[in-house]
Amino acid sequence: MSGTAYTTVIGLEVHVQLDTRSKLFCRCSSQFGAPPNTQTCPVCSGQPGALPVMNLRAYELAMRAAIGLNCEIPQFTKWDRKNYFYPDLPKGFQTSQFDLPMSQDGYLDISDPEGAFEERRIGIIRAHLEEDAGKSLHDEEAGKADSRIDLNRCGTPLLEIVSQPDMRSAAEARVYLTELKLLLTYLEVSDCNMQEGSLRVDANVNLHIDREEDLIATPIVEVKNMNSFRAVQRALEYEVERQYELWQQTGRKLGDVGVTKETRGWDDEAQLTRAQRGKEESSDYRYFPEPDLLPVTATGEMVQSVRAGLGELPAALRTRLAREYQLSPYDADVLVNQGRSLVDYFVAVADRCGDGKSASNWLQQDVLRHLKETGTTIEAFAVPGEQLADLISAVHSGALTTSRGREVLTHLISNGGTVAQAMQQLGIEEVDQSELEELCRELLIANPKIVADIQSGKTKAAGALVGQAKGKNPNVNPHDVQRICLKLAAEM
Amino acid sequence: MTLIEQSATELLGLLKRREVSSRELTGAYLDQIDAHDQQIHAFLRTDRDRALQQADLIDRRRAQGESLGSLGGLPVAVKDVLCTRGAVTSCASKMLENYVPPYDATPIARLKEADAVILGKTNMDEFAMGGSCENSAFGPTRNPWDTERIPGGSSGGAAASLAASMTPLSIGTDTGGSIRQPASHCGVVGLKPTYGRVSRYGLIAFASSLDAVGPLARTAEDVALLLGVIAGHDARDSTSIVQPVGDYRAATRRPLEGLRLGVVSEHFGEGLDPEVAQTVRDAIDLFKDLGATVREIAMPHSQYAISAYYIIAPSEASSNLARYDGAHYGMRAPEAEWRDGGAEENPLVQMYRSTRAEGFGAEVKRRIMLGTYALSAGYYDAYYLKALKVRRLIAQDYHDAFEQVDLIVGPVTPSPAFKLGDKSEDPLSMYLVDLYTVGANLAGIPAISLPCGFSSDRLPIGIQLQGAALSEELLLQAAGAYQGQTTWHSQRPELA
Ligand SMILES: [Zn+2]
Repeated sequence: MSGTAYTTVIGLEVHVQLDTRSKLFCRCSSQFGAPPNTQTCPVCSGQPGALPVMNLRAYELAMRAAIGLNCEIPQFTKWDRKNYFYPDLPKGFQTSQFDLPMSQDGYLDISDPEGAFEERRIGIIRAHLEEDAGKSLHDEEAGKADSRIDLNRCGTPLLEIVSQPDMRSAAEARVYLTELKLLLTYLEVSDCNMQEGSLRVDANVNLHIDREEDLIATPIVEVKNMNSFRAVQRALEYEVERQYELWQQTGRKLGDVGVTKETRGWDDEAQLTRAQRGKEESSDYRYFPEPDLLPVTATGEMVQSVRAGLGELPAALRTRLAREYQLSPYDADVLVNQGRSLVDYFVAVADRCGDGKSASNWLQQDVLRHLKETGTTIEAFAVPGEQLADLISAVHSGALTTSRGREVLTHLISNGGTVAQAMQQLGIEEVDQSELEELCRELLIANPKIVADIQSGKTKAAGALVGQAKGKNPNVNPHDVQRICLKLAAEM
Repeated sequence: MTLIEQSATELLGLLKRREVSSRELTGAYLDQIDAHDQQIHAFLRTDRDRALQQADLIDRRRAQGESLGSLGGLPVAVKDVLCTRGAVTSCASKMLENYVPPYDATPIARLKEADAVILGKTNMDEFAMGGSCENSAFGPTRNPWDTERIPGGSSGGAAASLAASMTPLSIGTDTGGSIRQPASHCGVVGLKPTYGRVSRYGLIAFASSLDAVGPLARTAEDVALLLGVIAGHDARDSTSIVQPVGDYRAATRRPLEGLRLGVVSEHFGEGLDPEVAQTVRDAIDLFKDLGATVREIAMPHSQYAISAYYIIAPSEASSNLARYDGAHYGMRAPEAEWRDGGAEENPLVQMYRSTRAEGFGAEVKRRIMLGTYALSAGYYDAYYLKALKVRRLIAQDYHDAFEQVDLIVGPVTPSPAFKLGDKSEDPLSMYLVDLYTVGANLAGIPAISLPCGFSSDRLPIGIQLQGAALSEELLLQAAGAYQGQTTWHSQRPELA
């Protein structure tokens, strides 16, 4: 893009469905995928007279997430009603949190292991709890008011995480989302499954354009309808270009008369955003305190116990793996990003074989590739950590070459058992030291030219003997053959 | 005294001694309803077969020697604002004319567990909004003492059904005086419990932070009997009180000793009918005879109570009534009215508009608009927030008062029952009838209305006692002692 310099300003609102068994204010199941309207009751279907009762588990999960996001947990939080009419909202209001959210003022550090941007701290304005709405099975387009509504999702607990407008590119936004999802899955508060709607993203984006001592802000656009992190990145990249071009054409900026926040939807097929009609009118939600629910008090003990039970979170884990196992930041990042189970597996392997770097290499080059090819997870991986560790140790000791080690791993994946059993079944035996010396001596005697070369300093000549040695005994270790041949030739 | 004129506790004795069956009793009340409710219109619906079936079942269980619940076959009338599973619950609104709840309200479930026989659902102001029962979408209830007059509201049917001997016990609700004011106009006893003492689960909400379910009956002891059944913690209502329920019936028989009564002088000022003032003063004298001391107390913020109430209650109502939109249940305006309306408007919005325009009555619309306005951006601080502040000050006034006195005594309403149509064109004068009653709702405290005399037109007049939170036993003790010395509560109107 040519022309004037500008800064992209992005803030994200992420809704995650909390992994509770029941809904936020009733005991209906919140499982995804049941037939329409089979998980409803008087409370979540908004029957006259029914009253909400808070699901304490949802509050605890929300607190876990908030503390993981370094948020403050106020002692006192309350519920508010957000009033608006929509068919998927049977009460005519959504129970949410307005001026006293359950958490605020946190942050999430993000960095790009490939170095596209510096490590950045993205501020979290607040994270609050609210109930989900139902789902319209048809869109309410003009003349189609006979749409049907599925209320199974209605009342499911959501945590809305609102970031500061701290992201400066679409790529950063994507990394933020990836890191947020990783954190929430480590915390086991949500499965963050975008396809099932348990993680939803809305983005606010505009540009700050530098113009001769003047900073011009373009109108803020809210982008919705993005169904993957990739779509978020694409949509934001598109929006940045669109806004810049629009500004060049019209000069319209934030604060101009008639400029309101516009809502645009991402069309993934057409790869562009479209204005969502009817959504630009500013709504007055008439928030007021929900009289049917009591305010919630977060005791110091409760916050302490949630904090104590968080476990090691991704950022700390990356640092620890790099330090304790001598991994590069890149390697630590790859392992941690695979999730807690893979890290646990790595630690088991590395601790047993005593070599973190090799454990990391084997995991990344062999295990992860296998998991990816077979579409499985580390939990379902057939080789226990101790066997992989023994395999790595065997390679270290020279009992196995790397390539024969791979054969052993493949054998273990298909047949199970121990490394020793696999080696036996594959006919791999450790060659006795004296046997190996005998073999090398025979080869040297049979190749006086090579002996002469070695003696004159051309040590590389020994390489030719390695192939011959392997031909006589496939179990020999090439390094050992080389070493012994050099030693024997020098003595000759 | 005929069978149906006896008190509930007397009838319970007859039932227990098997001198009368629940079927006979239920039948007698249903006959009384058949004979006189054309004129009074206390009930919106009765179900004779269902009630008699229920009575038969209880009689059979009693005959088999089973132990029965504490109402053991007594009939009860229920205000049509409490959800009854499988039976229409309309809130006296066209909007819910055919609404059949899929569940029982907790007070209803407790009545059933106590082996009550539910006679039917009583008339009320639509969505409990009003003080005259004229706002019912299905026609007003008339006062059995003078059928040209209103029975009070919003629990007008509940009070009138008792005065007309159509039931021995009645359940009402009170958001700003809706139990006490009709009890006063109909010459019966009505108690608004402490907020949260009776579960609101299944009470169709008007103003959630003010609504209270409570008993009406002809004697303090009957009220105590019914309160004992419906009171108590309910895990399904987050605002429900956990403290155990007292022995209310025993309280009504306890002698009064050293009761300290407080009188708010402003409550005997301008606007109070002189006959009402005199009758209430006479009643206070009787309490003195019973050993009570009386002193004046200050309630400096009580003059703002009506204003605060008419911001808070409509604000909550505007949100509580948003669910009646034609989308999920209840009435939906005929499709022809909105499907092809102006092309400018989304048919969904047109459907909402037509449904709510037709489904709600004028007073309900007025309050929805009032509340929507008070909660709107730019007005919220000046109205809603300020009203909440006033509410806290009023609660503080009560708190201070109850440091000095045990109960506050005064009138229930400024005048005896007025004539139908008298105030229906003037909403503001209608709101002022709540002057003495809204304070208890704003502060969440209990209050009782007792018959204490008649006007020269032979219209009942009531006295109100208010107590600190959870002082129901003391209120009932005072009421029981008063009724031990008076006969106002045993007088009955002549029905045509
Ligand atoms: Zn439910």
